[in-house]
Amino acid sequence: MERIPILRLGDCLLVSIQVDMHDRLAMALQDDLTAKVVESRARGVLVDISAIDMVDSFIGRMLGTIAAMTRALGAETVVVGMQPAVAITLVELGLTLSTVQTSLDIDSGIELLQELIAADSVGADRDRAGD
Amino acid sequence: MIAPAIEELPLDSEHDVVSVRQTVRTAMSEMGFGLVDRTKMVTAASELARNIMDYADCGGVVRVEQLSEGLRVGLRLTFVDEGPGIADVDLALTDGYSSGDGLGLGLSGARRLVNEFDIVSSPGRGTTVTVTRWR
Repeated sequence: MERIPILRLGDCLLVSIQVDMHDRLAMALQDDLTAKVVESRARGVLVDISAIDMVDSFIGRMLGTIAAMTRALGAETVVVGMQPAVAITLVELGLTLSTVQTSLDIDSGIELLQELIAADSVGADRDRAGD
Repeated sequence: MIAPAIEELPLDSEHDVVSVRQTVRTAMSEMGFGLVDRTKMVTAASELARNIMDYADCGGVVRVEQLSEGLRVGLRLTFVDEGPGIADVDLALTDGYSSGDGLGLGLSGARRLVNEFDIVSSPGRGTTVTVTRWR
């Protein structure tokens, strides 16, 4: 079956969605990414959607689920590269992606991801100190 | 002047949802719609096509019509299924309401993304949703 590749970049994973995904492909990505976060002990996930020209409620929900699942596994997710027309359409559709961290492009996304990971580490240290 | 063109596509599998999106995308580009209009209509088409996948066991069809009315052109999509139908259309059009496991934005969201929206449904006889976007 067709799969979306997941690349390793330091302690992060990078996914660039380049095709018009059918629903099963989107579900497979969700599963693959969760497995890969565990396997690689990744601290962050960057999802690049700059090549997709449409995010409907199904793909929107997938992005939210990926963010929630990776967070449960101790990693942060940032979605980057949303096209302006896609953003306009999403809001009109009624999806706010309020649980998903987003950034304009890959560079600023990686920066944000590093900040989030650093904040997680500080939080974890504080938790340990409090024990 | 665009010659009237009508195309009918099946909606039987999730791959058909992708084909519908592609057909709408191509038709709208050819008709000179801008990027935002195109994105909205493709997204609406995706929501309505998926509704048929999710709720109508025997699938359905979508009719794609290029309209020309005086100086304006438009694209009309008619989604037809013979599924279980919708008992309470007003409720189904409420944001956040879903009889399945979706987000409940499909119908209500699609309505906001188009210029004209019409739905005819009765339990046991299926559902027809018609959406139009004008340039």
